[in-house]
Amino acid sequence: MALRATHRDAAQATVVDLSGKITLGEGSALLRKTIRGLLDDKRIHIVLNLADVDYIDSSGIGELVSAYTTAKGRGGELKLLHLTKKVHDLLQLTKLYTVFDVYTEESAALSSFK
Amino acid sequence: MGTDPKHLEITLETQVESVNLAEEMCLRVAEAAGFGEDDCYKIGMSVREGVINAFHYGNQERPEKKIHLAVDLTGEKMIIHVLDEGAGFTLSDVPDPLAEENLLSTSGRGIFLMRAFMDEFDVVPGRTGGAEIVMAKKLPLQENPGTNGQGSQGATPPQGV
Repeated sequence: MALRATHRDAAQATVVDLSGKITLGEGSALLRKTIRGLLDDKRIHIVLNLADVDYIDSSGIGELVSAYTTAKGRGGELKLLHLTKKVHDLLQLTKLYTVFDVYTEESAALSSFK
Repeated sequence: MGTDPKHLEITLETQVESVNLAEEMCLRVAEAAGFGEDDCYKIGMSVREGVINAFHYGNQERPEKKIHLAVDLTGEKMIIHVLDEGAGFTLSDVPDPLAEENLLSTSGRGIFLMRAFMDEFDVVPGRTGGAEIVMAKKLPLQENPGTNGQGSQGATPPQGV
């Protein structure tokens, strides 16, 4: 399934709801475009809701890392919300689970930006 | 699982679409061979990463070069070969993506994932001069299909492989 991305403003951050696969090609490109667009729009506090993302390849992982470092470079932060088991396991395997701030509740993710 | 070895080969263009095509093809073979859902995910991801490696690093995304994919099904395992037409590389030269200094790298995790997801993994010099990734997954035990997750029961050998 191709990746879809919508975003909404919520309290201190912008929540990006993603669904589909983040893989080489359109999926990774859409994530990159979405994050760059938000950062250009000065929305530097971002929560990526991955509840409906059950497949990420190495290209998608690279794009998540890029989004994280780019947001930080602009003085912001990017946090992850609602990891599916496959994505959770993949981030643990690649040791990125300790790099990203990961949340299971949206309210907790949003209040972390205070 | 039948004991007759089966072989399938396909030549892919150096383009992004080949990644999905290769994954889908190998997933069909894996499902038909009786692999469960979790193993199919690992096999599919490994094929994907192997072809991405050939597409990007091996063939440098040059469209005149090809990617050669082969699948062998023996009585014991599913063996996948991904051959590119690049300059080749040495496995020991690939940086460790788990090293502290590489954790925030935006690339370089494909080999690591293939190693983690498959039972056997190696890179050898290919007949075209490029690199040939050879990786294998042991077939699920037929007498105890429940140990490999869903999908093992009632599996039939792949057709046309």
